[in-house]
Amino acid sequence: MIDAIAPEAALGFASVLPTVADATLAPALVETFLTRYAYATVFVLLSVGLYMMIASPNLVKKVIGMNLFQTAVFLFFVAAAYVEGGVSPVVPQDSTPGELAVASPLPHVIVLTAIVVGISLTAVALALIVRIYTEYGTMNEGTLREVRVDE
Amino acid sequence: MSSLDLVPALLVILPILGATFPLALGLRYDDVGWTVATAVCGAVFALSLPVANAVYGVGERVWVIHPLGGFERPVGIELVADELSTIIVLLVAGISLATLAYTRHGGPRGNTFYSGYLLLVGGLMGIALTGDVFNLFVFLEITGIATYALIAKADGPEAAVAALKYLIIGTVGASLYLVGVGFVFLATGTLNMIDLASAIPEAGYDDPLVRMGFVFMFVGFAIKVAQWPLHTWQPDAYQHAPDGVTPMIAALVSTVSAYALARVIFGVYTVEFVHATPYLQEVIVTVGSVSVIAGSALAVIQVDVKRMLAFSSVSQFGLIVAAYGLLTETALVGALVHLVGHGVMKAGLFVCAGVIAAGYGARKVDEYAGLFARRPVAAGSMAVLGIALIGIPPSVGFIGKWYIAVGSIEAELWSVAAVIFLSTMLTLGYVARLLEKMFFTPTTGVPDGASGPSANGVAADGGEGVLVGTLEEADPVSRGMIGLAVGAAVLAVALGFAGATFHELFDPFVSEVFS
Repeated sequence: MIDAIAPEAALGFASVLPTVADATLAPALVETFLTRYAYATVFVLLSVGLYMMIASPNLVKKVIGMNLFQTAVFLFFVAAAYVEGGVSPVVPQDSTPGELAVASPLPHVIVLTAIVVGISLTAVALALIVRIYTEYGTMNEGTLREVRVDE
Repeated sequence: MSSLDLVPALLVILPILGATFPLALGLRYDDVGWTVATAVCGAVFALSLPVANAVYGVGERVWVIHPLGGFERPVGIELVADELSTIIVLLVAGISLATLAYTRHGGPRGNTFYSGYLLLVGGLMGIALTGDVFNLFVFLEITGIATYALIAKADGPEAAVAALKYLIIGTVGASLYLVGVGFVFLATGTLNMIDLASAIPEAGYDDPLVRMGFVFMFVGFAIKVAQWPLHTWQPDAYQHAPDGVTPMIAALVSTVSAYALARVIFGVYTVEFVHATPYLQEVIVTVGSVSVIAGSALAVIQVDVKRMLAFSSVSQFGLIVAAYGLLTETALVGALVHLVGHGVMKAGLFVCAGVIAAGYGARKVDEYAGLFARRPVAAGSMAVLGIALIGIPPSVGFIGKWYIAVGSIEAELWSVAAVIFLSTMLTLGYVARLLEKMFFTPTTGVPDGASGPSANGVAADGGEGVLVGTLEEADPVSRGMIGLAVGAAVLAVALGFAGATFHELFDPFVSEVFS
């Protein structure tokens, strides 16, 4: 089941790339966006998350950015598993094998595991921030740097 | 399934299950952590020996494969021990058991610490043994979480800042790797490493998904292995981690990530992919070479010894990545020897730094003045390990560098040979500074360690009570700690004579990679 679905999704994603180089650049880009908006969203979210981690001076907001970054990765897997017209991969007893179009379950399982990992990381990160706040009395990166230089 | 096939699963499960015991027993007893950790690490080490015997015992390729839950690939997840992973298993088992000799007396203490310690061992074993690219991500993160927690176990608030920095950067690295896994999965529809090795050529080496997958995985690992300029988490993390933890993470965490990178390049993507992709070989070699130069140059200007050794790690791992990029048999053997050798040498050096900080209160290079007169054994071990790190024969550091240099000449990438030479000079620069301070500079009024900053370091570590009172009066340096430092120094030299043996051990794997 997985082998049947994933290459199909792959071909769809990959076939966009050569057309971009054509003379009909603008329509191709619009079409890319309209048909692959899920992937576009993923990469926008990835960039926003990365930017938050780099640019925000607030440590908690950095962790929120990290969560956003991870969520984008999860969405990437979910979008990859989507099958047009497919239902959730719970197969009814009376269905004939091969006829029912279902979403690929494996990426969903993967994402479930990755979400658990993400939650544990967030918990550890917040615990560290609590410790930093009790020690230094600030969650601002700039202030933190000044305080640490003074010591 | 023979009983040996169960061992890879046990190697991963034992430490992870064992990690719950110090916490659970901690409700009833105060200091069972060390005992439990020693028992579990001892068992892991004992279990890794039959695997090594099976894999290396005969001339041909033998793999010990455990399909989890009895589901064979491509459906199930496999644990695979081959020539490459077994050496890492031995390294992890050996160093994690040996480091306990330090933490017994040198701290940090407490049952929670040993829970984290065992979790780290389990995660590292998982990375070494897994045969599935997604599972590799999960174990990377288990290792990561345990490492962040262990670094934050140090006294000062600095450690929490360093751990948070490492957490954020490390998570980005692992997530980028996961994106790469997603791309490869889209292109091939499989996650198993053995299947991927044949599915990737089918998808085509010029498939954009396959190429993007490699790019994301490589950048993800470049963060985890601390390649310049993505290394910034490493000096902070190594410097502020507790002295008992640094040998562990310095010797194992990045080493195992570098092993995973080798696994991805040579096991999943294969040498042909690197050859078939324009500029890829050049990129890998350049990333490695730049790290070598930047890492050693930054190490030379450090004043804090642990920070200096951390920058030295950036440089040594750069050498290993550059060696991967050379794509010759000799260079790959050199990279693997250097991986193991660097693990032993860095663990030893950080143990020495810990011993000296505990017994003498010295953390900066200047404070090492006249150390040989006061702590001859620790200073002597440090000197031997430092000389091994430079790569002066006979030492394991020399063997690794020699193979990589020969490999670079075989690949006709002369620049790498020049980089090795330059980095050796720079390594000499920072090690010689330490040696000069320790042996030839008279002491300049640095207080003796008994009342130095180390003593309260040991006491404040105690955390969970009881032990603090008795230990404060005792010598902060135990025989176990000194023994570990000397042992590492002896091993670094002894392994220097094992060049031919290493070549024989890795030969079946390496020749198959390049066949």
